[in-house]
Amino acid sequence: MQWETVIGLEIHTQLATKSKIFSGASIAYGADPNTQACIIDLGFPGVLPVLNEAVVDMALTFGLAINAEIGPRSVFARKNYFYPDLPKGYQISQFELPIVGMGSLTIDLEDGSQKVIGITRAHLEEDAGKSLHEDFHGMSGIDLNRTGTPLLEIVSEPDMRSIKEAVAYARKIHQLVVYLGICDGNMQEGSFRVDANLSIRPFGQEAFGTRTELKNLNSFRFMERALNFELERQIDLIEGGGKVVQETRLYDADRDETRSMRSKEEANDYRYFPDPDLLPVEINDQQLQRARQNMPELPDQKRQRFESDYSLSSTDALMLTQSRQQADFFEKVVSNGGDARMAANWVTVELTGALNKAGIPLSQSPVTPEQVGGLLRRIADNTISGKLAKQVFEAMWNGEGDADKVIEAKGLKQITDSGQIETIIDEIIANNPKQVEQFRAGKDKLLGFFVGQVMKQTQGKANPGQVNKILLGKLKG
Amino acid sequence: MIHNKSIVELGAGLQTGEFSSVELTHHFIQRIEQLDKDLNAFVSTTPEQALAEAESADQAIKTGQAGPLTGIPIVQKDIFCTRGVKTSCGSKMLDNFISPYDATVVEKLKRAGVVSLGKANMDEFAMGSSNETSFYGPVHNPWDKGRVPGGSSGGSAAAVAARLAVAATGTDTGGSIRQPAAFCGITGLKPTYGRISRFGMIAFASSLDQAGPMTRDAADAALMLQAMAGFDPKDSTCANQPVPDYSATLSDSLEGLKVGLPREYFGEGLDPSVAASVDAAIDLYKRLGAEVIDISLPNSGLAVPTYYVVAPAECSSNLSRFDGVRFGYRCQQPKDLEDLYKRSRGEGFGAEVKRRIMIGTYALSAGYYDAYYLKAQKTRHLISDDFKQAFKTVDVIMGPTTPTPAFGLGEKVDDPVTMYLNDIYTIATNLAGLPGVSIPIEPVSGLPVGLQIIGNYFTEAKLLNVAHRFQQETEWHRLAPEDSRLNP
Repeated sequence: MQWETVIGLEIHTQLATKSKIFSGASIAYGADPNTQACIIDLGFPGVLPVLNEAVVDMALTFGLAINAEIGPRSVFARKNYFYPDLPKGYQISQFELPIVGMGSLTIDLEDGSQKVIGITRAHLEEDAGKSLHEDFHGMSGIDLNRTGTPLLEIVSEPDMRSIKEAVAYARKIHQLVVYLGICDGNMQEGSFRVDANLSIRPFGQEAFGTRTELKNLNSFRFMERALNFELERQIDLIEGGGKVVQETRLYDADRDETRSMRSKEEANDYRYFPDPDLLPVEINDQQLQRARQNMPELPDQKRQRFESDYSLSSTDALMLTQSRQQADFFEKVVSNGGDARMAANWVTVELTGALNKAGIPLSQSPVTPEQVGGLLRRIADNTISGKLAKQVFEAMWNGEGDADKVIEAKGLKQITDSGQIETIIDEIIANNPKQVEQFRAGKDKLLGFFVGQVMKQTQGKANPGQVNKILLGKLKG
Repeated sequence: MIHNKSIVELGAGLQTGEFSSVELTHHFIQRIEQLDKDLNAFVSTTPEQALAEAESADQAIKTGQAGPLTGIPIVQKDIFCTRGVKTSCGSKMLDNFISPYDATVVEKLKRAGVVSLGKANMDEFAMGSSNETSFYGPVHNPWDKGRVPGGSSGGSAAAVAARLAVAATGTDTGGSIRQPAAFCGITGLKPTYGRISRFGMIAFASSLDQAGPMTRDAADAALMLQAMAGFDPKDSTCANQPVPDYSATLSDSLEGLKVGLPREYFGEGLDPSVAASVDAAIDLYKRLGAEVIDISLPNSGLAVPTYYVVAPAECSSNLSRFDGVRFGYRCQQPKDLEDLYKRSRGEGFGAEVKRRIMIGTYALSAGYYDAYYLKAQKTRHLISDDFKQAFKTVDVIMGPTTPTPAFGLGEKVDDPVTMYLNDIYTIATNLAGLPGVSIPIEPVSGLPVGLQIIGNYFTEAKLLNVAHRFQQETEWHRLAPEDSRLNP
């Protein structure tokens, strides 16, 4: 039997605010346990939540970016359940009226085709704390620093038909929220968490199969592995005469398997109801207008602009716009005098190579876009050759200063004085009569030998164009 | 006697130096020591803190920085968080809870210079109409110790009536200020929802809870409300509305005032002698120039059932935080998480609180939500609309605060439905978010009776004016309980 995979994703993005969604406590990562939880986060008797307005603007920005329906009114609701890392005994979320309604996102597939994925909704909610089950000798430790961290939960339609599509969609959402500046995208720190719903059905069947929900997919690699495992498990199960049970499964990266967490029967009745402590969020036209104005250029738009404005190939444009940071870096190189195609090449090849080798992100690059621009200017104006430019780049990487300083200090300036080049060439011609004769007899290939000799003499600094021209003149003369 | 004076009268004495706040505070501390063992109005007393506050009040008076509440000894209902002082909410669950912060109401009253004598007893988590659900035992009505003081602000009402404090704070979710005010013969005002910050006031039903003053008379209530009211950025449901000068309009003429009498508030279940007392009060208003109009609030019958869906639903969620994990009562030796939850909550909460949590949990459950919670929201709208309609033709609505005077201790504890019907005239205003005040009128067989005056949104100044004009013409609010030990 041929099976069709059906996947829908729920993605929790942590919003890049300074403080929590309903209190003034900081959300900075990595603080000592329970040092960033105020009485509001701790759910003390009598405390009340007050909405951090910044999250509304962030959600609106996202909504506009996916062309979503944005209602005039959204409502916070309480999701009730007991757990020690949920201090109030309920999570403040949105249920019936989310801030962002139906929208969509176009993903690029490996074969170059595109597919539109529906996004059912995106809603605001507060994160819970963390339970630490190790290190406490049969007890559990609770860290409430994360309690109240603002999240935007983005729920897709079950529109993905392969694991590759699901990964492409997750990556595209990741790219988008980072581009929009509403999430730092750090998956290790839990700023971007994916839950996946997967089911299978025989090709041609309309009705969906029973799905399982996979949790704890904290990297794209794990996500792919977990989905692969789960897909195989479901196929084996059904083909072996069994049935898929609707349940939540946890991915264990160490064992590369998924395990049942809880079944549908064990699921909580969350008893959602509108939170009487918070007013409905009313969105007016002014707010939408402001969000539209503050909307940065989106990846797809940027890619098109790079192709048309800088005459870049679509491959270069796609590569450069993978992250907003890299695209910005590129544009700064260009605005600092670098030729666009050269800049594209230097950013995607030399700089990216060096960063990968050093294992550091672009944000920590020791070379600034201004420096790369300065280097490219010196290539363009023939001060140095392209070959020596790599040497200059390496020196800049090592903190030896701007291109001009390095060129000066290392004496890498190109020799463009024709008289000087002529003198050297004359000397070489005089010292190699045999080769000169052979060349004149028609052995054209020997030109390379003479160029090599000149470069050897000048430590590669002679302008190659001039060398060629003068050599040819003299040898033929 | 000094303890029979109102805030207005005491303020004058403090200003002229007739007595100091420290003397006044000492006097009340002594009275509490002597008399409260028979009343149980206080959950805790804070005499040292009170005297320290009195001393700084005296300083402020000397340096001319005193306001009308400076140096006045009051009591805070134990539902308000008070920094460094036990805040129990009348529950075993919070018997060990020392609040790390002050409620906005507490902070505002401190800034106004009041002296806090302690914390007033109350029904557990404000759930009750007789103060019998308190973990600390019932409060006795100072007029007849065999009777209840009303609830849930029973300790506050009894303390003010027995002259153990000049004024008190209360909270009202379905009548918890007005009903005990009526039973104890004092003035109790529940302001418009959102008029006073709820921050630091332990939540029972968030969409209904509202704090308010409980005082000897309307003039005192105006001074207390002045200090308590106003916008608070810490409470999203607090109204950003200007606070008028509540004392300025107290004596305004009532000539032409349109008073609506809802026929539903004078029907079956109303004690005839209470009805007679209310009629007499309304006659006085007629003499003061009021025009009386018969009106109807046709959905009044829905108020009690609506309330007993909405309030328990909200409370079932609000009280989830009391789980034995971070503060409050925790059971001994829990064997696992479920055991910790079950026993901490099972042992920490009393019967009435558990009953309401169960009702509320049921009402919000999948499959029942539409039939109960959602339907209750709809009937709540109908009730609000009744009032909107009425206020198109009248300025205020009047009627009895309660169907009967204070009933006997233990009389209704085993019959929750009869108990709930006690709030039949007060609950609708909470559902609509409207302000209401109860003032003492002619007693029945030596027991106080309250007249309820309901106003449109944010018309507290008008309500206090209407109440004050009555009190200028009557002496009922000056009556003290006929107890020789209370009135030596």
